[in-house]
Amino acid sequence: MAKENLLYSKEHEWVLSAGGTATVGVTDYAQHELGDVVFVDLPAAGKELKKGDPAANIESVKAVSDVYAPVTGKITAVNAKLGANPELVNQDPFGEGWIFKMSITQASELDELMDLKKYEEYLKGIAGE
Amino acid sequence: MKKTKINEAHYILKGKMVEFCGWDLPVQYSGLNTEHMAVRTTGGIFDVSHMGEVWFRGREALKAVQHIISNDAAKLQPGRIQYAGLLTESGCFVDDLLVYMMKENEYLLVVNAANIDKDFQWIKKHTARFDVQVENRSEEYSQIAVQGPIAEKLVQEFTDIDLKPMGYYHFAQGRVQDIDAILSRTGYTGEDGFEIYFKSDAAAASKLFLDLADKGAKYDALPAGLGARDTLRLEAKMALYGNDIDDSHTVLEADLGWILKLKKEEPFIGQEALARQKEAGIRRKLVGFELVDKGIARHGYPITVQGRGFAAVTSGTFAPFLKRSIGLAYLPLENAAVGSEFQIGIREKTVTAKVVETPFYKRNK
Repeated sequence: MAKENLLYSKEHEWVLSAGGTATVGVTDYAQHELGDVVFVDLPAAGKELKKGDPAANIESVKAVSDVYAPVTGKITAVNAKLGANPELVNQDPFGEGWIFKMSITQASELDELMDLKKYEEYLKGIAGE
Repeated sequence: MKKTKINEAHYILKGKMVEFCGWDLPVQYSGLNTEHMAVRTTGGIFDVSHMGEVWFRGREALKAVQHIISNDAAKLQPGRIQYAGLLTESGCFVDDLLVYMMKENEYLLVVNAANIDKDFQWIKKHTARFDVQVENRSEEYSQIAVQGPIAEKLVQEFTDIDLKPMGYYHFAQGRVQDIDAILSRTGYTGEDGFEIYFKSDAAAASKLFLDLADKGAKYDALPAGLGARDTLRLEAKMALYGNDIDDSHTVLEADLGWILKLKKEEPFIGQEALARQKEAGIRRKLVGFELVDKGIARHGYPITVQGRGFAAVTSGTFAPFLKRSIGLAYLPLENAAVGSEFQIGIREKTVTAKVVETPFYKRNK
């Protein structure tokens, strides 16, 4: 997946917006920080979420971290492959390791996310801390 | 933040550094799982210099040690080590520690990093009436642990001490790469291995660590961080102070009856309370569990037994070698038998766990 076409949150989720649906995963930075992922707790399809609500949990050996809904909407699909292969989040975070899809009810919420250039600057800021 | 004398080596080896008990230490280098598996199959090299060293010297050194620990140090000979509890009056833990008998009238107590100051104050207060000098020399000593099946071969390349005949929980003094060291066959991983205590400047300490990592590479051994140290010790069901043992659970409740010697000659702190508890019987016990459902039960997650809330998980992780979700918890004695099921709250979900035999992992000897 071309990273230039994605939007990014401060919590290190990536979002692909297409046809009123947002596909959501975590970035390479996030998977690296998490370490070896051993379990992904996926939301139920149909679950309604507000922007910023915890949608899924990623468990690594070290820690658990939330994946937040980047927009307000309803879960339309989850990546069932993660059930048997949670390590896809580490191996291919922008592709096979996607986590869930949700409907976009307020397109304006996407404007609050970062594009690749801004996200890369954001990462530099974190590294400089 | 405090730095161990090995600190520079961690940066050279690109360790991912975190603050741990006020120390700047690596949580991992190449990755927690990789390091964990290396220790189980080949070897791992750990900087554990943050641990504390308290020395007892004097005519009544043994009496003083005996007064404050649960185990029977009179059974020790020079060159032998014992695991013991430093106990409160109620038989709970101030800390857990290792006692090294250096020679007659001289003992070394190795204590947890987080507890050094607390322990030292406690020890001074409770040994004041004995003819003994107690010294906290934690700042002077570095400590490196080399753990795993190849540990003996690797460490032997660095020392003139003959390691082969050295038994578990024995130690010797000699040279390790031209540094005077105490070298013991001990560890916190469930594998064979050694712990090397030594005094040196930072350059020599970092060099020893780097050389061990370098020579270890030919055996596929890896430098390993605090993350793997925690998952390794939990697979082997070794207690972590602050999680599994603390000042509100007794030695008997912690299922560590084997370090309690109620009949030893010298009376000790906690003895009366524990004798009473042994007589009356315990009501709760630390057990190992495995999750039946998916998820990871971590420290602090709430437990319910037959619908009633009961304490919390003390330690829990996904076990990298066993590939199962495991943990430790105090359960009511009547629900603590192997096979008993109970529930753990993992955020908004409730999952089922069952009590299993421990240790979860036991190496083939």
